[in-house]
Amino acid sequence: MGPVATLLVQRISLGLLLLFLVSILIFAGTMILPGDVAQQILGQSATPEALANLREELGVNDPAITQYFNWLGGILTGDLGTALTSGQSINEAVGRRLANTLFLAFWAAVVAVPLAIFLGLLAVRYQERWPDKMISASTLTTISMPEFVLGYILMFVLGVQLRWFSPTAVSYRPDADLLTRLEAIALPVLVLTLVVLAHMMRMTRAAILNVMQSAYIETAELKGLTTFDVIRKHAFPNAIAPIVNVVMLNLAYLVVGVVVVEVVFVYPGMGQYLVDHVTKRDIPVVQACGLIFAAVFIGLNLVADLVAILTNPRLRHPK
Amino acid sequence: MFIRIPFAAMLGLFFTAIFFLTAIFAPLIAPYGYDEVVSNGFWEPASAEYLFGTDNIGRDLLSRMIYGLRTTVWIATLATLLSFTTGSILGFLAAVMGGWIDQLLSRFVDLLMSIPSLIFALVILSITPITVGVLIIVMGFLDSTRVYRLARAVAVDINVMDYVEAAKLRGEGRGWIIFREILPNALSPLVAEMGLRFIFAVLFVSTLSFLGLGIQPPQADLGGLVRENAEGLTYGIGAALYPAITIAILAISVNLVADWVLARTTSLKGGRG
Repeated sequence: MGPVATLLVQRISLGLLLLFLVSILIFAGTMILPGDVAQQILGQSATPEALANLREELGVNDPAITQYFNWLGGILTGDLGTALTSGQSINEAVGRRLANTLFLAFWAAVVAVPLAIFLGLLAVRYQERWPDKMISASTLTTISMPEFVLGYILMFVLGVQLRWFSPTAVSYRPDADLLTRLEAIALPVLVLTLVVLAHMMRMTRAAILNVMQSAYIETAELKGLTTFDVIRKHAFPNAIAPIVNVVMLNLAYLVVGVVVVEVVFVYPGMGQYLVDHVTKRDIPVVQACGLIFAAVFIGLNLVADLVAILTNPRLRHPK
Repeated sequence: MFIRIPFAAMLGLFFTAIFFLTAIFAPLIAPYGYDEVVSNGFWEPASAEYLFGTDNIGRDLLSRMIYGLRTTVWIATLATLLSFTTGSILGFLAAVMGGWIDQLLSRFVDLLMSIPSLIFALVILSITPITVGVLIIVMGFLDSTRVYRLARAVAVDINVMDYVEAAKLRGEGRGWIIFREILPNALSPLVAEMGLRFIFAVLFVSTLSFLGLGIQPPQADLGGLVRENAEGLTYGIGAALYPAITIAILAISVNLVADWVLARTTSLKGGRG
């Protein structure tokens, strides 16, 4: 194997190891309290029979290690378990909802990524002048706002008062045609875009500015290229790797944004499913969803790493 | 001593001060009690009697927001203090001890930071009773990972300075090294970071309460107030927007102050870096 392949294999196995440890952490997170889990779920007024039944169902009579490996074994063979509250298979619900969430996240990414790169370039081009200042002021504003605040403000102004978009995504049906579906998710996509846009743009700007300080950029400027040509021909190709990295990291950030935005707009996705079942204290669902969110997050971070290794020869030769 | 304060920082300081004073003196300022039902109607429009109108069951919205702000600021402050104490002490300890303690703590922090805090908090809150104490501990614990990384990085640099070396040769114990040598010198970057961690705690607790997993009714923080009144939005009633915008203004003000402090401390060290 070449040095690149070795490095890639190393990173991937590191990612898998991380995922394994995270699964332990998530499992341990739901055992954090000393005492009886069943009592915690049902409350003080539960009858002994109900408690015994729940204990049986949760399998808490087994030692923790056995429970963990039963759970992990189930997940590895594609069985996420059964929801306590509905008694239905988690697989089915997750399958439906994951598709919805990915649909939402995908369109948010389609809008946000090109826009962020364009605005980042613009900020560099007019560095320290009004476009740059305006962009950084508006990013400060969106960074300081939780997703649900931004969501409700836009829902009220654009959805309820101006009636430009459908105020909630309740009407979303996965089997409707694409245009109807896009119409239903227009506002959530807008909110998610604004939430990741700020981070993505700031980091793109920083990545390009970093490249702009290199000696070859100075040479290009000295030989008389316009600022735009310097950026297009010299800075941008060198900044692609850090930008792809930035994009991946922020897509991972979308994972968190999606949880809140789905609750705001009543969108039938994974985030809403998770929050609902945290409230109902449905542990198997929370564990399964938590692990899926964590896996997506770690996966996207891993891709960011891999892209960085593949596109930046300097990283292939560790000191 | 007169320091020239930029306009943005001034604005931030002004609003931050107002928010904190309101939080401290809430019972004196609020016209009504936080759970006092003052009218028979709900979501009444703003009037001279009820400046921001009434909420979803006829309580004075302004009073509820003042008490809500108090809860938010209070919880965020305690969570920040907790994350700073644990994060910096463990960070300094890791830097001074080195070896397996450093490895163990650092890898554990890496692990915690490899999943989003919100997801992990949701997993924990699915099993713990949701009380103010639990919220503060969960938020402070999850956020201390970030403080740990900063504190460790700063302390590793300080640990190799001559004066620390001298103290070690003098035979001072670890406690002395951490609290008398490293702490005073690491304080300025840590304090600068404090503002950012406070904002994070405000946004975190607001988000949790908004999701229904934070402060439980009839108590409410700003996020919980948004949740209570959100239903009105689809009928064109903007009551939920007042607490929502308050969160944003609070976070932006503290951010402006933190930015300024950050810029000042980095310039004290002689430029960025």
